[in-house]
Amino acid sequence: MAFAVIKGVAYCLFHAPDLLVTMGTTQRLERLKNPASEYLQQLKANLRSYPEAVSYAPNQVFIGNLWPEELAEMDRPWYNKPVADASPRGRFGDIVSEELLLGLIKFADSFELVCLEKDFQEEIKQKLTATGIFTSADFQDWKEGHTLAEIGHYLETAAAEPLYYQEQLKGCIRRAHDVDEVLNAQVMLENLVAKATGIWALRRLLQNTKTAGTEIDYVIEASEEACGDMNQRGGGNFAKAIGELAGLVNATGADIRSFCSAPAHALLVAAALVKAGIYRQVVVVGGGSVAKLGMNGRDHLKKGLPLLEDVLGAFALLVSADDGRNPVIRTDIVGRHRIGSGATPQAVMEALVVEPLQRAGLKLVDVDRYAPELQNPELTEPAGAGNVPWANYKMIAALAVLRKEIERTELEGFARRHGLPGYAPTQGHIPSGVPFLGFAREGLLEGKYQRVMIIGKGSLFLARLTKLFDGISFLIEPNKAEPGQERPDGGGFRTAMAAALRRVARELQGEEG
Amino acid sequence: MDLENQARVKDAAEKYKPEKLLVILGGAEAEASGLTAETVTNGDPAYAGPLTGVQLGLKVYHIFEPEVKAAIDEQVYEQQIGMMEMVLDKEAIIAEVKGIREKYSKF
Repeated sequence: MAFAVIKGVAYCLFHAPDLLVTMGTTQRLERLKNPASEYLQQLKANLRSYPEAVSYAPNQVFIGNLWPEELAEMDRPWYNKPVADASPRGRFGDIVSEELLLGLIKFADSFELVCLEKDFQEEIKQKLTATGIFTSADFQDWKEGHTLAEIGHYLETAAAEPLYYQEQLKGCIRRAHDVDEVLNAQVMLENLVAKATGIWALRRLLQNTKTAGTEIDYVIEASEEACGDMNQRGGGNFAKAIGELAGLVNATGADIRSFCSAPAHALLVAAALVKAGIYRQVVVVGGGSVAKLGMNGRDHLKKGLPLLEDVLGAFALLVSADDGRNPVIRTDIVGRHRIGSGATPQAVMEALVVEPLQRAGLKLVDVDRYAPELQNPELTEPAGAGNVPWANYKMIAALAVLRKEIERTELEGFARRHGLPGYAPTQGHIPSGVPFLGFAREGLLEGKYQRVMIIGKGSLFLARLTKLFDGISFLIEPNKAEPGQERPDGGGFRTAMAAALRRVARELQGEEG
Repeated sequence: MDLENQARVKDAAEKYKPEKLLVILGGAEAEASGLTAETVTNGDPAYAGPLTGVQLGLKVYHIFEPEVKAAIDEQVYEQQIGMMEMVLDKEAIIAEVKGIREKYSKF
């Protein structure tokens, strides 16, 4: 059976301390409720610089410069132990400065809502071109930038939101409608950032995989934002908006939502579309969440930490038809949290981990690495949410104990051997298992791993429509076929069988005739 | 403790009488479980919700406590709770909730 393969990945981070201060939900609410608060006063002195964010070990893992297993060997805390030879460019993606991010948001804007100061705009154009992700042709339609006086006027009279770089006003984003709340400047900024960061990740994916944009057939976007207007708040479509600015002229696409589990759902849909032969190459893309910047900032400051939630995350993944080389997505071994599964942690993990493995005749110990929610524990522990990946690994290990695969005393050892340290920023859909796909692909290609399980989990109650939980999981395995080899159930076999049957039919007819 | 849940506990205590209520917690760690136990006995320690200054003194147990475990079908308990019993710091959670119950519970 030929499966879809993971052809390549891109993971990028965007340093955004000024957006954290102005647009992160925690900070916005604090300004509304308590504008003179101590937290707001202390905020700016505790932001990290771009080089500090670059040299942060979990960020280096995210873009592929360190393996997660290497991070597991590093003593915590990580924030005060900068990686010596850290680079903003990794084999999976980039850590982008906020200066470039502002230019990128302008690039993503199709309705002239983003106004940048004219000298700053010129400078950014050059710097974006120098990254190799953009060419000067990308900016040929840009009109001249604005004066600070014009920007000030929009801020005062048109409900615009300011854009700062290193605390200096560099521009603004205007509302897209005078009364529609879902087209106000705040929502437009959130949506444009999701679009912009998705564009960067997608362009980087095309470079990483040496794929022309014209070769992509379909895009699935899987972030947590909603774009639309007051008559259809989540109308969409981020996927095509992102594809348009990455040169995917032959692709169409749509968005998938399911909180943090959306990327895993999207990957399965992508694999299914490819396996069914509807499309050959499908991209899954997700941009970053402005609202979550500094989400646990109050707790971080209380515990004497800098504001570590200062980066936006983005990913892009290429799923394509079997090439006989890249690791396959085993769409026949899928775990799903059914509507009737129940919401206890045990019911969830049984549905996602035990049931699919059992159905495939496998044991829990047969999976080399599990990739559940991979939040960086340094961000969640100070806020009382614990070490999320570690809790997941202990649950999987406990299930192995209950199934008598391991002894009770081996619980922690199993969790360590089959687990990974969390290294993804707390950006909702970003930590959802998919950050590990890049390492999983390489590890499976090199023989380091034989089997990896990706687990996406989502908290649906947040939308107040259902108390149900959500989760989906699937296995990735090495591609067993030699390049060019015909598979037993592939087209060659079917053609040969059809020819043989026709021959038999002719002979039978001949005999009868 | 979540403000909406505080309101629900308060409403239930008014409707069914505090002495007839039993609160069973499923918190994942000791401190948070203790705070919830305190809220339904001595009132909201964060002074934020409807139970601020309301000393309901309800009976409160964690699902891990032996008294609760003994009341549940063994197989069902194993299916629903067995995994988390191994994963969480059961002893610390029980000690915290029991301490609060002995201090503030009126029933």
